[in-house]
Amino acid sequence: MKRKCDRCDREATVTEVLIKHGKKVERHLCEQCAAGEGIAVQSHVNVGDLLTNFIVQQSGAGEQKAAKGVTCSGCGTSFADFKQRGLLGCPECYASMEPQLGPLIERAHEGATHHVGKTPRRSGAAPDTRHRIAALRKQLQDAIDAEQYERAAALRDELRSAEAPAPAPSDDAAPRTRRPIGGDPQ
Amino acid sequence: MNGGEHVVAEWLRGDGPSADVVMSSRVRLARNFAGVPFVNRATRAQREQVLSMAQDAIVGAAGSRGGVRWIDLCAASPLERTVLVERHLISKQHAKGEEPRAVAVSAPDERLAVMVNEEDHLRLQVMRSGLDLSDAFAQIDAADSAIEHRAEYAYSPRFGYLTACPTNVGTGIRVSVMLHLPGLKLSGEIDKVKRAAQSMSLAVRGFYGEGSEALGDLFQISNQTTLGKSEKDILAEFELSIIPKVIEYERVERRKLLEKRRPFFEDQVFRALGLLRHARLLKSDEAMQLLSHVRMGVTAGVITDVDVKTVSRLLLLTQPGHLQQIAQREMDQPQRRVERAALVRRCLA
Ligand SMILES: [Zn+2]
Ligand SMILES: [Zn+2]
Repeated sequence: MKRKCDRCDREATVTEVLIKHGKKVERHLCEQCAAGEGIAVQSHVNVGDLLTNFIVQQSGAGEQKAAKGVTCSGCGTSFADFKQRGLLGCPECYASMEPQLGPLIERAHEGATHHVGKTPRRSGAAPDTRHRIAALRKQLQDAIDAEQYERAAALRDELRSAEAPAPAPSDDAAPRTRRPIGGDPQ
Repeated sequence: MNGGEHVVAEWLRGDGPSADVVMSSRVRLARNFAGVPFVNRATRAQREQVLSMAQDAIVGAAGSRGGVRWIDLCAASPLERTVLVERHLISKQHAKGEEPRAVAVSAPDERLAVMVNEEDHLRLQVMRSGLDLSDAFAQIDAADSAIEHRAEYAYSPRFGYLTACPTNVGTGIRVSVMLHLPGLKLSGEIDKVKRAAQSMSLAVRGFYGEGSEALGDLFQISNQTTLGKSEKDILAEFELSIIPKVIEYERVERRKLLEKRRPFFEDQVFRALGLLRHARLLKSDEAMQLLSHVRMGVTAGVITDVDVKTVSRLLLLTQPGHLQQIAQREMDQPQRRVERAALVRRCLA
């Protein structure tokens, strides 16, 4: 499935995902055109760059006011602190700054918005099946849109087993040994 | 570290599946305890608390199987820390600094290591020689579950396991395979592999991560995204699709070199062997590059009087920390070059 560059006839090897006005926009470019646009083809996602690009787009869209003054109720880290350091301060930061972090995380993880895979047994963190199904549906649609058929097939399988009224919460997503432990409701 | 110099680090043992191309497989998990700030925001007292929670959980999880060495890095000497970095048991970042931090290492095999108070409270890693990600994952998954029985992890239904840096959130998994690719390097095809990997959002890095030039033709391929894909999918993609393709590509290039440019191939590997056997001063990078070519010659059956194990041992022992540990004294760079050349001559004699 070779895709042509949006701007010339060469093969597109770079996909740029932009979040504009809350909508995802993808561009497919060849390396030369990407370089011409100043898109660095990097071997590693650099949080600093990710943030810079994100902030630039946000302010361009005039949405930055929302991000200002947001502070974590758990540790006092502000979104501005995070922008500066690239690290969050505590687990609660994710909930406190979810509206700001959500799009950023989506961009860092190729459009993924929800966790899929292993879940802890403790702390009542039972997998929220409805949530998971919704996340899988969205990711499946994205995969189809992006013509990632192998990924789409895998997601479809996962979705099927998640939707099946299985006795155990579908956990084939994470191969692991599940030994019942003391006091475990199973 | 006692006696560590006699054990070849897992990542350099030189055996396991596809060992002609794959040096090692590694799986890492990033985890944090619930209700405690991430390391970068934690007070000294909170870091101490994380240390004791981690020690209880890890030693408790090891239980009757035992065999866990707990190393307090604040008490470790700079040389001991360097040796741990060279054995790929801690990161360079973890070796630096004076804040409370530690590493727990399974003994004597060193296959499991848990860094405590690095960027996240816990960074678990399991290594295997050769291509063996399934086995590595089975071990790390069991260790992770055992720790989780004794401590509560920070987790959200939407974002999964919560990490200090949002690029690790979700499964917190990083799968990496260290490959020895001298054939692709010599033929110049390595850039194609890099581009292909990048287009699949994989990171390709040279040995030890930093430099742009890969030392000793060693390349590490790892996943970059951790959200929205299950551990099983990421592993399957690596083990069944991506890595076998690279292995095949490397083997084809080596075969082509052997068949079509045999004098060139032989010259490369025997020239390297000759230099190693006779040099009196060896720089660290130089030794690594020469050993890389010798390794290729040995696995191709062109060099017959040296075995892969010796080459693997030398790749480790010629590094600055190990060299000083063997000599049992600190040495400056010029001294190390003399000592390194002498060690290599002894081992290849
Ligand atoms: Zn183009
Ligand atoms: Zn916080």
